[in-house]
Amino acid sequence: MNISLLGIVGYLVGIAALVGLNAVILVWLERKVAGHMQFRLGPMEVGPHGILQTLADGIKLVSKQLVIPDEADKPLFLLAPIVSLVPIFAAMVPLPFSETVQAWELNIGLLLIIALGLLNTLGILLAGWGSNNKYALLGGARAVAQILAYKIPLLICVMTIIMMTGSFSLRDIAIAQKDTWNVLYQPILFIVYIITVTLETNRSPFDFSEAESELVAGFHTEYSGMGFSLFFLAEYSYMFIAAGLATVLFLGGWHGPWLPGVAWTLIKIYSIIFLMMWFRWTFPRVRIDQMLSFGWKILLPLSLINFIITAGVLAL
Amino acid sequence: MEAMYIPKEYLAILILLIFGVLFGVVTLYVGRFFRLSRPYHEKLIAYESGNDPTEAPRMRFSIKFYLIAILFVVFDVESIYLYPWAVTYDRLGLFALVEMFIFIFLLLAGYVYAWKKEVLQWEK
Repeated sequence: MNISLLGIVGYLVGIAALVGLNAVILVWLERKVAGHMQFRLGPMEVGPHGILQTLADGIKLVSKQLVIPDEADKPLFLLAPIVSLVPIFAAMVPLPFSETVQAWELNIGLLLIIALGLLNTLGILLAGWGSNNKYALLGGARAVAQILAYKIPLLICVMTIIMMTGSFSLRDIAIAQKDTWNVLYQPILFIVYIITVTLETNRSPFDFSEAESELVAGFHTEYSGMGFSLFFLAEYSYMFIAAGLATVLFLGGWHGPWLPGVAWTLIKIYSIIFLMMWFRWTFPRVRIDQMLSFGWKILLPLSLINFIITAGVLAL
Repeated sequence: MEAMYIPKEYLAILILLIFGVLFGVVTLYVGRFFRLSRPYHEKLIAYESGNDPTEAPRMRFSIKFYLIAILFVVFDVESIYLYPWAVTYDRLGLFALVEMFIFIFLLLAGYVYAWKKEVLQWEK
């Protein structure tokens, strides 16, 4: 692969535009979905149907004060949102949008995304510790406890798909589903995956690290202005990446009738994101010990049994 | 001397990671030029619903979290071993399958032991 300076600049601009545009759309979509599910209209004032509301909010957030508490560990406090944000650009790279539209084809793309996805939790833990605030620290500790409980089922889930395909490359995995989507072979795994990524992206009903009715605002209690918005930029980008991974792993990537591949990929990605938003405005938050027990006692054995059965069936 | 192999795809990843750091730093600091900054004591104390903070926030955690972390490491290492196995699964044959079942079974024995010892039990 020949990489020129111009090419790199082009990719940078493309990926940054994707991240920015995605965050703008998702914040707006979330408020609209929330509004309509509660028989409200959501944002309506700025632009047609409030589509420019997020930009207005962005300008407001940039001009807000960045309050750093006296007690806070200042370097860690400022590092935390950056740590959360850094991996999202790199994690967009191996996602294939169609047979030809992909930033770079990596032969270990799947592993890269999973590894970079963990940095989000590290950022949350840093925020909790650096803030030196009880609620923030509890939020950070909860984020770690939940990622420990749910990372293993996620890893086993992904491993089963790798075993079926024999490749770490996301493009190979999508090509292998040309005729039948993996979700038809592995419906249980798909459900396990959706649950784990809802949790990994700290979305309700698993938003324990924020839990505004219990912990004020959890890990970002002390964050204001840009610190706060970087966390949310990261969260919405992780949603996009997680939904993109679900599309490639289970829903056949870009395969679909009539429309071009990129359109199908985007339709599938935003359908999964809509599903995650639907969860948020439908389910109440579960209790944290219920969630941990569910992860360790149900999801882990379930995904392991599924893995063993798949291995057995493939061997026959 | 042979030319050193530079995996260019990963160079691109590195560039994007650096871009991420720069993006974060710039967006955190760019607002400094046009945002207000009026810190005073009440604003800068830790937030505790309006009361003065009572004690040090860095409290102790239950020993259970330590056991859970150990259990996590066990399964994490398991998955590190299983990934290369899974990717070459169709070329390995029955022998590797049986071996891997034995490996998973040994880990499951530890998992069941931890479950019986109520490591995964939060409520009394």
